[in-house]
Parts: sequence; structure tokens; C-alpha cells
Amino acid sequence: MLQQFFTISFITGFLASTLRMASPILITALGEMVNERAGIMNLGIEGIMILGAFTGFVVAFETGNPFLGFICGGIAGAILGLLMGVVSVRYQANQIVAGLGIWILCQGLGSLLNRHVFGLSATRPEIHTITPVAIPFLSRIPIIGDTLFNQNIIVYLAFLLVPFFAFFFTRSIWGLNIDAVGEQPRAADAAGLNISKIRISTSVFGGMMAGLGGAYMPLALYGIYTDDLSTGLGWMAIAVVVFGKWKPWGLLGGALIFGAANALQFRLQAMNFPLPYQFLLMIPFIVTLIIVIFFVRGDSGPSYLTIPYSRSEN
Amino acid sequence: MTNPQNLNIQTKINRIPQIKMSKWFSTILIILFAFLLGGILIYLIGANPFLAYGALLQAAFGDMNGIAETMVKACPLMLAGLGIAIAYRAKFWNIGAEGQIYAGGIASAIAGIYFTAVPGIILLPITLLAGLLGGAILGFIPGILKARYKVNEVITTIMINYVMIQLTAYLVTGPMRDSSSGITISPQLSKAAWLPTVIPKTRFHLGIILAILAAFIVSWLVYKTVLGYQIRAVGERARTARFAGIPVERTIVLTMIISGSLAGLAGAVEVSGVQHRLVEAFSPGYGFLSIAVALLANLEPIGVIISSILFAALLNGADAMQRAAAVPIPVIYVIEGVVIIFIALRVLHKEKD
Amino acid sequence: MNLIDTSKPIVEMLGITKHFGQVIANEDVTFTLMPGEIHGLLGENGAGKTTLMNILYGLHQPDSGKIFINGHPITIKSPHDAIQYGIGMVHQHFMQVPTQKVVDNIILGLKNAGRFILDRHTARERLIRLSESFGLKIDPEAYIWQLSIGDRQRVEILKALYRDIKVLILDEPTSVLTPKETEELFHTIRKLVESGLSVIFITHHLEEALSITNQVTVLRNGKVVGTIPTRGTNKTELASMMVGREVLFRLEHEINQRNEKQEILIVDGLSAYNDRGILALQDISFKVMSGEIVGIAGVDGNGQSELVQVLTGIRSAFKGRFWVDGIDLTRATPQAILMHNVGHIPENLEDGLIGEFSLIDNFMLDLHYVRPYSHRGILDHNRMVENARQLISQYDIRAPNENIKARTLSGGNKQKMIVAREISRNPRLLLAAHPTRGVDIGAEEYIQNLLLKKRAEGMAILLISTKLDEIMSLSDRILVMYRGRIMGEILREEANIKKIGLLMAGSEG
Repeated sequence: MLQQFFTISFITGFLASTLRMASPILITALGEMVNERAGIMNLGIEGIMILGAFTGFVVAFETGNPFLGFICGGIAGAILGLLMGVVSVRYQANQIVAGLGIWILCQGLGSLLNRHVFGLSATRPEIHTITPVAIPFLSRIPIIGDTLFNQNIIVYLAFLLVPFFAFFFTRSIWGLNIDAVGEQPRAADAAGLNISKIRISTSVFGGMMAGLGGAYMPLALYGIYTDDLSTGLGWMAIAVVVFGKWKPWGLLGGALIFGAANALQFRLQAMNFPLPYQFLLMIPFIVTLIIVIFFVRGDSGPSYLTIPYSRSEN
Repeated sequence: MTNPQNLNIQTKINRIPQIKMSKWFSTILIILFAFLLGGILIYLIGANPFLAYGALLQAAFGDMNGIAETMVKACPLMLAGLGIAIAYRAKFWNIGAEGQIYAGGIASAIAGIYFTAVPGIILLPITLLAGLLGGAILGFIPGILKARYKVNEVITTIMINYVMIQLTAYLVTGPMRDSSSGITISPQLSKAAWLPTVIPKTRFHLGIILAILAAFIVSWLVYKTVLGYQIRAVGERARTARFAGIPVERTIVLTMIISGSLAGLAGAVEVSGVQHRLVEAFSPGYGFLSIAVALLANLEPIGVIISSILFAALLNGADAMQRAAAVPIPVIYVIEGVVIIFIALRVLHKEKD
Repeated sequence: MNLIDTSKPIVEMLGITKHFGQVIANEDVTFTLMPGEIHGLLGENGAGKTTLMNILYGLHQPDSGKIFINGHPITIKSPHDAIQYGIGMVHQHFMQVPTQKVVDNIILGLKNAGRFILDRHTARERLIRLSESFGLKIDPEAYIWQLSIGDRQRVEILKALYRDIKVLILDEPTSVLTPKETEELFHTIRKLVESGLSVIFITHHLEEALSITNQVTVLRNGKVVGTIPTRGTNKTELASMMVGREVLFRLEHEINQRNEKQEILIVDGLSAYNDRGILALQDISFKVMSGEIVGIAGVDGNGQSELVQVLTGIRSAFKGRFWVDGIDLTRATPQAILMHNVGHIPENLEDGLIGEFSLIDNFMLDLHYVRPYSHRGILDHNRMVENARQLISQYDIRAPNENIKARTLSGGNKQKMIVAREISRNPRLLLAAHPTRGVDIGAEEYIQNLLLKKRAEGMAILLISTKLDEIMSLSDRILVMYRGRIMGEILREEANIKKIGLLMAGSEG
């Protein structure tokens, strides 16, 4: 059994799968990172991913166009992000509770709409997933070729976003403004920045990314939709943001670890690894726990995270 | 750094002016509004909201059996809700009630099924105690992680939830499987470990009385004891509590032990009083609903009694709502989500310290 | 360079009135600033000085009144507008993002800092030019958290200068500076004025107002008491304008006649790190006897906070020990220390109370787990209420009843509540950190007299304060802290500002 692990095909398959499974987490986490750097923690992204997945699936199913599905999944996420933003910023709500509410709301809405649109038929509706796009020449390199250069386009996008955001936050004005708002909103306010506008924008963006991350699951991986398709991924994204210390390259590392855990779990199941399958299913969650316990300590991050801003101080 | 007194600046109108209203009134408004939105949603999916809500109310409160069933569902919600209320008082965002319920269920099932050497009279208390203990352990873990190492409790408790659900599934399909039946359930608990029914011909069991008692005990704990004072102080402003000599870490851990115990008891009560076995996925989301229960009651233990009955009615009537008006059950989770979002507007946010 | 007509005011605020709910912050205030003037705005805490300037800077809108710049009536709706009109403000609490660089902080929010990508290059050049011409040395690439407070203040000033302002408002700029840094600041201000700026200087320190300003406006309870040229007035006149009555400048400080002086607090070689991992306390050793007040002077941030944290058990020292009444409490928990008769008035008001708790509960913060307020873990509510009522009346705390939430009290009453709670326990040792910070003059006098009274009764008091006059009038001995070390000890009789100032700035006496 053990020698199965060390074949080229296993390793290649595992690595390629890691990147595929890391992508939805990475996309969602990047969006949440932007939001948290502005000071908003959206615990509802687990739920937003669900609605993004459903919306994406339905649109792709009806129109036959998965990319349209992605866009609609993103829009659905953006709308929910707007809800979180308005509630947190304009109404100064407790962000933790609001996020939980959105999570439960989306869970319910997702199940409801799933039942309403597709009913409880025995046969699951299916769509074609988006196909990998091999990069010429590079994809022929052994192991690395299939891993890095033979993925679907969303994976490439997700990974390209990492250096983009690294640049965004160190060299662009918007990045500077976002950080100021999350770190010391009074300074940002005194400098004339519109805190509300910035925070609501990052909320919308974060929601959109969560919607895209969710849509990825049916559209790029599974081809079907079930209520528990993206279970736990939103929470992993939250953990990844803290693990990566709110920096894009750090997030990449975290997403890869979670992607690997998920990929491993699938491979082991397929291989009939001698552990009851429930324990295999536990793997990603236990990995998250271990990572969170050893690497994710509270006291860090933007100073004004989850703290609403108003000019009144009491 | 805190703000000096002389920066006493008024809010720039970026938010709705705070409407002064009593907590009761706002609670009722929230419920009405959530049901209104739910009704609109039901209408949008092509069903009749009046028919739906009518069926819901009829099933939940229409007759003796209905009321009894509502109370049966209210029981775990009440116990877990009390656990959440205490945890949130200390600003410990315990999302793990679901996992703690399963832990309690597993522990009590093990006691009830396998502790055959224990004399009959004390088997029931032992069974319930086992559930309490199981929940306590599951509460202790995220508690000490947060208190000692500042580990984010939202993530830990949620991950533990997922692990516990899988663990339960494993147990009833493996080591604890009832080989005589065809489905994935455990053997029955010894009759002595069953919570007796209090109202004949219904499932209304003793646990419900226990839950209501627990609410009064928890209320007494929060307001009349030193520990309760310390829990509230730590939740309001941990820094001040620390300066005043209150052992903050110890208080957080104790809070979570109590919180987990209550949720564990909820699981035990379900296993001992309703299912009489360990069943895969025996909780229809009690742990998550109990969060809404606690928040709606504004973390008041006595209020939890009422809000748990409300949500139990929702759960109870959901089936009927589906049968009578073809409204899928998940609608109640949508309503729950809306309620929580509105409550978020009411709950005070953390102050920068 | 504009040709400024020096006979016409550059800023005029007429009939400004501002309410915050029931509180009248400014009532019919008229304020005029002439070009090239250094105009002091003097008043106690809560007199309305900051509010008035916040209005000028666009952070608030007045309920009524008009503002004129160079004779033109204008409305200022935000700091952005104020800057457009050439008004800049340096707040008491700096509006800076600690994790970002100086240059980034300065260009934050500016429209011409680039379109998408930051143009740091141009900004850096301009910044260097400005800092040279005004003698405000600063490194544009440094991160704010690396800078000292004096440097950070310079960054705030540069922020305003970068925006071409003509009027600079300084809100209590010296509260965080050593005497030497204050001199440097005054030098900078004079230089700014030479270059054509006008300055408004908010302060509640009489000496400062007298030394730097040309003109002084005194506010009291939101109203203007008078506007007079600095040259023609003196400390006493200004003080009575500020307070409305005769103010004593020296408190009644008897020589303590007690014979048996016991050593209550002994500190030996205490060393500790701060939250950043930097050495905050280096080998601190001193004693406090019964019936004496030992004052620790020094600019905030030189280890005083960490010292109190170690003495209250919140922070652990990695070296050294301390004893209270002969008992080694170095490793003791906060609870144990409190139980050993140590009282603590925290330096931040908010750390000493819980706003959402009632006054009854607040009075119980230290004692809720002991008799007679609780038996075996159960609270005795009646005793707690009794205690609260007694303390409220004994210490003259203005509150309608004992059930209200603490956050509804005024600042002075909050502090009185904390002081009452700590002192009523009759501790042998009282650690009083900035006990009169942010408190109006009435409460300040009350608290200071209370400390003296307890001293006469034999309490050992360690007083930490940035108010030199307070330290000098209350302490029997003064220790000066700088960069975590005790630079020197000065006896009451020999104390003067110059000596203390030198020690505060790091020179070895």
C-alpha cells in the first residue's frame, strides 16, 4: 500500500489536485483579506460561497455557459457582501453576529432554492465543468507541467491574483487607503477618506470573491450541486487569512496547505485507505484545527478589525 | 490608547439615530419582521404564506400533542441556548454547541447502553451526567485554547463540530452499531436510562422540566454569584476585570466548561428522552438554532425559555408547513438567519481597548 | 508670498454656539486671529477649546454663528474644506497610521498623490525640502511606530505644512513632551510665524500660555471670559479667569510628623520587557515609606506604565523583586496583590471601571469575592448597595442614584468613583497612576487633597503623573524615570522644574 504513495502518477495527481482544491479557498480568502484589512470581518462567507455555488450552477445549467455562471455567482456574492457592509458600517452592527446570521440565512436560502428549482428528483442535474487549459510547452514538463500549467483558467487567475494584491497593497493608493481605514480609521477620516465608502466597497468585493470561490465548486470541480458542496471552505478561508497574516503570499501558503488536506482526503478515499471514511472526511477539519492552534493566534491583524467607526467616542 | 474625555464628539449622521425602545419591544419587532420577510419569500416561491404559517401554528400549538411536541423540541434548544447565553456573556463566541450536543449524546449513549453493571436507579443520573461531562470536555478545549493561547474560538468550535458529526456517524456505523437493525443506529439504551415521560401519550419527558429548572439556576448563577459577576465583567471589559484581580483566563475556561456542559446535557436529554438510542445526525441543527435562541433572548436565561419555545414551534411546524403548503423546510433557517442579522444590529459591538 | 494685510484678521469666528445633546460646549463664542499671531486658547478640561477648534477644522458644524477667512464668510464642512482654506490642525492624539511610513501618512488622502500608483518619489523630495526649511528633522522612510512622540508630533506638523496651510492649530501639544522638547517646539512655532504662518495654541497650562503666546483668549464653561494681550497679564489673573475663583497654587502639605516610618514598598532591581519585546524597566530600585508620597515624574512612555503593571501583577519582571509590607509579591497574581492591601488607580480611566455596569457593581470590582460582600460565592446584594450609597455620598459623586450605568457619569465623577473605591479599602500602599488625568479642576483639587489626607493618615502612595506641578506639590520625594531607568531622586525641598526637566530628558542630574 505504502509504495502507492511514491509513484509519479500519485504525486503528480496529488499536486495537481492540491492546486485545484486550493483555488476556491484562495479566491475567497483573498477577498476576505481585503475586507479585513479595511476592518470588516465577514463570518458569513461560508454561506456566501453556498449561494455563489448555487447561483453559478443554476445559471450554467440554464444557459449552458459556465463562465456566465461564474459571473452570476460573483454578483450574488457581491449582493450579500453589500448586505454585510451596510449592516456593519451604516448600522454599526456587531460583525460577528451579523456574519453568523448571513451564514445561516444563506444556508437556508441555498437549500430552499435548490429544492424549489430542482426539486427532490433522484437524478442530479449535471453540467459540464470548465476544462483545463494547457499552457504550451510548459505543460509538458514532468510533474510540474501537469501541476502548474495544465489547470483550468480560474486556477491561473487565482494564483495570479496573489502577486497582484501584493503589489496593490504596497504600491497603490487604494491599498494604502484600505490599510489606513483598518489600522487607524480616525487618521483616515481626518485625512478626508470616506470610511463608509471604503468599507462597504471592500465588503462588496469580499462577497464577490466568496461567491466566485463558491461557484468554482460546481463549475470547475464537481459538475453537480448539492447543499454541502463547499462545506467548511469558508471557515478555512477565514483561518487562511489569519494564517497568512493578512498578506497575499502568506495566504497562498495557507490555501495550499488546505488544498493539500482536501486533496489528500479524496485520494485516500479513492485508494480505499484502511481508515473508516468518516475519519478521512475529518482530515481537512483536523488540519484546520491544528493550523489554527499552532499558527493562528488572536492578537494580530488590523487594529480596528470588527470595530465599527463613528465620530462619537464614549 | 483610549480617548480622552474632552473628545466628546457627537455622531456624524452616518447611521440611523438610535431609536429608543425596550428590549421586549425590539424583540417582538424582530420576530414580526423576520416572519414578514419569510412570508414574502414563501410567496415568491409560489406558496401561500397564510396557509403555511397557519399550518405551522396549528401543528405547534393547535392541540395537546402539538404543544407537547413543541416542548420536546424546545428542551434541547433551551439547554443549549442557556449554554450559548453564558458563553456570549463572556464574549466567547461559541459556535460549537452542535458538536457539544453530539459529544453529550455519544457519552450518554455509551453510559446508557454499556454501563450494565450500574444499578438501575442511578443509571439515569449517570447517563445524564455522562452527557454533561462529554459536553464539558468539548467546551473546555476551545476554552483553554482561547484563554491561554488566544486561539480564535469561532474557527475551533466550528471545526470541532464537523469532527463530532463525523465521529457520531462512524460510531453508529461501526463499533456502536446495532447489528440487529438494518439502519445505522446504536442499540437501545437500557430502560433504566430513559428519561420518563411526564404526560402520557406524548413524548413530553422529564428533561423538559430539567431544562426549565436549569434556566432558573443559570439566571441565579449569572446575577447572584461571584462567578456570574466575573463572567459578566470579563465579557464587558476584560482589561478592567484583569486590573481588578479577576482571573480572566480561569473565568473564560470555567464559562466554556459550563457552556459545553449545558449543550452536552441537551444531547444527553435527546438521546435519553426522545431517541432512546444514538442515531446518526440526531440533531436537526439544534446547536445552531440555539445561537439564535440565546441572542433573541438577549442572553437572558429566563428569556431563553421563551425564545426556545418559539424556535421549537418553528421546527415542529416546519414539517406540517411542508405538507400543507409545499413550503420546503429550509425556510425556517432563512427566518432564523434574518432574526440573527437583526439581532446583530442590537448587540453592542466590542470597544477598542 | 501673499501680501497679507496685517491689520485685518485672518480668522474670525463670530457667535459660535454648539450643543452636544444637553451639554453646551460653546456658547456665543467670538474668536479672532490676526496674521502672524500666536494666539493662546486657554481653559480647563471641558471648557470648550477643542470643540471650538474642531469647528474651525470642519470636524463639527456649529449650531449657529459665522466663520470668516480673510474677511470672506465661509462654511467648513469637513477637514478637507478647512485645508482648502489654509487651516491645519495637529490634534492631541495624533492622526497617524502606526504601521505605515512617514511619507505614506503625510500623503494619505491627498488628491495629487498619484492616480493608481503612489508617487512616493515626489512626496519624499517635497517632504525633505519642507523639513529642512523649517528645521523639522524627519526620515520619510521611517515607520511611525519607530518614532518617538516628539518626532511623531513633528510629522503631524509637517503634514499640515505639506498642505500649504496658513493657520496652524495646535491642540495641547506639550502634554507629551519633556521640558526640553517643549522648548524646541516653541522654537519651531516662532520659526513658522516668521515664515508667515499664524498659530492657535490650545492649552490648559498657564506658564506655557504666558511664555509663547502674543494674545490669549480664556474660555470657561463654553463661554469666552476675555481676550487679552499676553504681555499685560499674569498667572493669577489668567487662573482666576479660567476657574472663576481664587486658586491656591500650593496645597497644604504638612511635614509628616509620624515617628515610626515603616517601609511599605521595597523595589529591588526590577527589570521587565514591554509588549514589543523592548526593555522597558532596567534595574529599578526604590522604597516608599508609610505616610509618604513618592512621585514618579517623566514623560509618558518611559516605563512608568510597565512599572505599575509589574507592581499590580499584570506583567512579570524577568529580574528583580518587590515586597509590600515585607511580603514578596513579585510573582503574585493581581488578585493576591489586591488582597495584600495594595490599591491601584489605573492610568487609563476606562481600565478602572466597567461602563455597562451599575455604580453598585463598579464599586465591587476589587471586593466582590470577599466578605462581607459575598459568602461562599454568593453575592450579598444589600451590602453592596449600602456600600455604594455610602461611597457616593462620602466622596461627593454626582449621580442620581447608585443603579445607573457608570458610563453616564462625567469624567471627573468616574475618576472620583475609582479613587473612592480604592481608598475606601484603606490600602497600605496606593499606586496612583495619573489620578487627575482628564478631570476638571474641581475634581482634581479634591483628589489631590484626598491623597494628602491619606498620606497624613499613614498611607504609602506611589504617584505617577506627567503634571509637574502636581508632582511637585504632592510628593515628599521625586524620582524621575527615563528610558526605563531612574535617573535621580530629588527631595521636595530641592525640587525645581529645571532639575527635573534635565533628568526627564535623560541627562544624569
